[in-house]
Amino acid sequence: MARPGRPSAVPSDAEDKPDEVEDKLPPDATVDLAEVRRETGIDTVLDALDRELVGLAPVKARIRQIASLLLVERTRNRFGVSSARPNLHMSFTGSPGTGKTTVGIRMAELLKQLGYLRRGHLVSVTRDDLVGQYVGHTAPKTKEVVKRAMGGVLFIDEAYYLFRAENERDYGQESIEILLQVMENNRDDLVVILAGYADRMDEFFRSNPGMSSRIAHHLVFPDYTLDELEQIGQLMIGDLGYTFSPEAQTTFRDYLRRRIDQPRFSNARSVRNAIERARLRQASRLVEQGSAAVGLAELQRIEPADLLASRVFEEGDDQAQ
Amino acid sequence: MRITQGTFSYLPDFTDEEISAQIQYAMDNGWPLSVEYTDDPHPRNIYWEMWGLPMFDTVDPAAVLYEINACRKAFPHHYVKINAYDARLGWQTTRLSFIVQRPPDEPGFRLDRQEGPDRQIRYTTHPYATERPVGHRYEANGS
Repeated sequence: MARPGRPSAVPSDAEDKPDEVEDKLPPDATVDLAEVRRETGIDTVLDALDRELVGLAPVKARIRQIASLLLVERTRNRFGVSSARPNLHMSFTGSPGTGKTTVGIRMAELLKQLGYLRRGHLVSVTRDDLVGQYVGHTAPKTKEVVKRAMGGVLFIDEAYYLFRAENERDYGQESIEILLQVMENNRDDLVVILAGYADRMDEFFRSNPGMSSRIAHHLVFPDYTLDELEQIGQLMIGDLGYTFSPEAQTTFRDYLRRRIDQPRFSNARSVRNAIERARLRQASRLVEQGSAAVGLAELQRIEPADLLASRVFEEGDDQAQ
Repeated sequence: MRITQGTFSYLPDFTDEEISAQIQYAMDNGWPLSVEYTDDPHPRNIYWEMWGLPMFDTVDPAAVLYEINACRKAFPHHYVKINAYDARLGWQTTRLSFIVQRPPDEPGFRLDRQEGPDRQIRYTTHPYATERPVGHRYEANGS
């Protein structure tokens, strides 16, 4: 039990002392930024971002800017120039499947490497997790979520559902008020990212100007082009341990071209679903073909037939999922 | 008279950074933390009021400090402590517990003697603070 005079936990509070003792640099000193950059290891995160996420040039550019800002801020601190911590609350707007959540996870990692966040975990929530069911239920629920996210990123997916303009007694407003307060007062402890589809997020910010002004970075995720979608497909299929046969490659591109114009197209998510269905068809084709001998090459290869069976290729049919 | 209760009670009061470091230590060990408060300083008063539920899912000290500060704000003249509970089999007890806020002025205790039958003497400690009503025990005079 906790007994005075037996301070078993005392060593841990000596841990962060060396940081404070680190002497301040004289004003005429110079710092090699490239060196600092290497120390923090942000390049590995940024490179991984470039490698694993196709397209999204404006988003990546903004992330690099934020990384540079934090790097410079760190160096300024070493000279003893103290400025208020930059405001890093963000909003991610874009069509479905443009990688908002994925970038959110990367952002949390990056901010941790730069020393902005202590933990760098991502807590992804929606309206359900924040808003209560009866009077007085919302505040504790929202606070609980906020506490869970402290030290990391609070990622609010489809944030516009928090505000229902048509019902002024909706509890969402209470949740928004607590979030605003936390975004202002606990800026050191967590970063809030609001994500959602562009048009509805605009409306959300119009109805909540306080929210909009507390968010410094509005990142817009553009739709993917046909080439980028194809590249994404290649990456996904590679991760799953499959390959396209050369003919299937052209068929896949053809598939994507048709799919883009159809309703309910959701970028990378549609690509993933298409690949999942192609896997199903490939599996049943192999099982039903009769001949017993199947090699590794056959098991890994997606043939055009697996893609052509899709409803997308049915002429004049707009009902494809 | 300064109350000594829990871990570190003979050390000077911790700063928020030091409290955070201790919370971090508890979290690293997987002990959920809870905040409790009271204005009854008697040593046998072991069940303090709970300030909210224990925090099971938090991973960062800032979250606990947030609750500590909320409790301090609501009860500026109370004792506030945090408990770290170890739920593992074989322990199932509080592993770390220390006071994070105490009233500015602690009047201390008096020893009462009670004459029993056969000239027997019973002793009891009586906290001066409890002479005032609950909730107003440590407020500055005149407030």
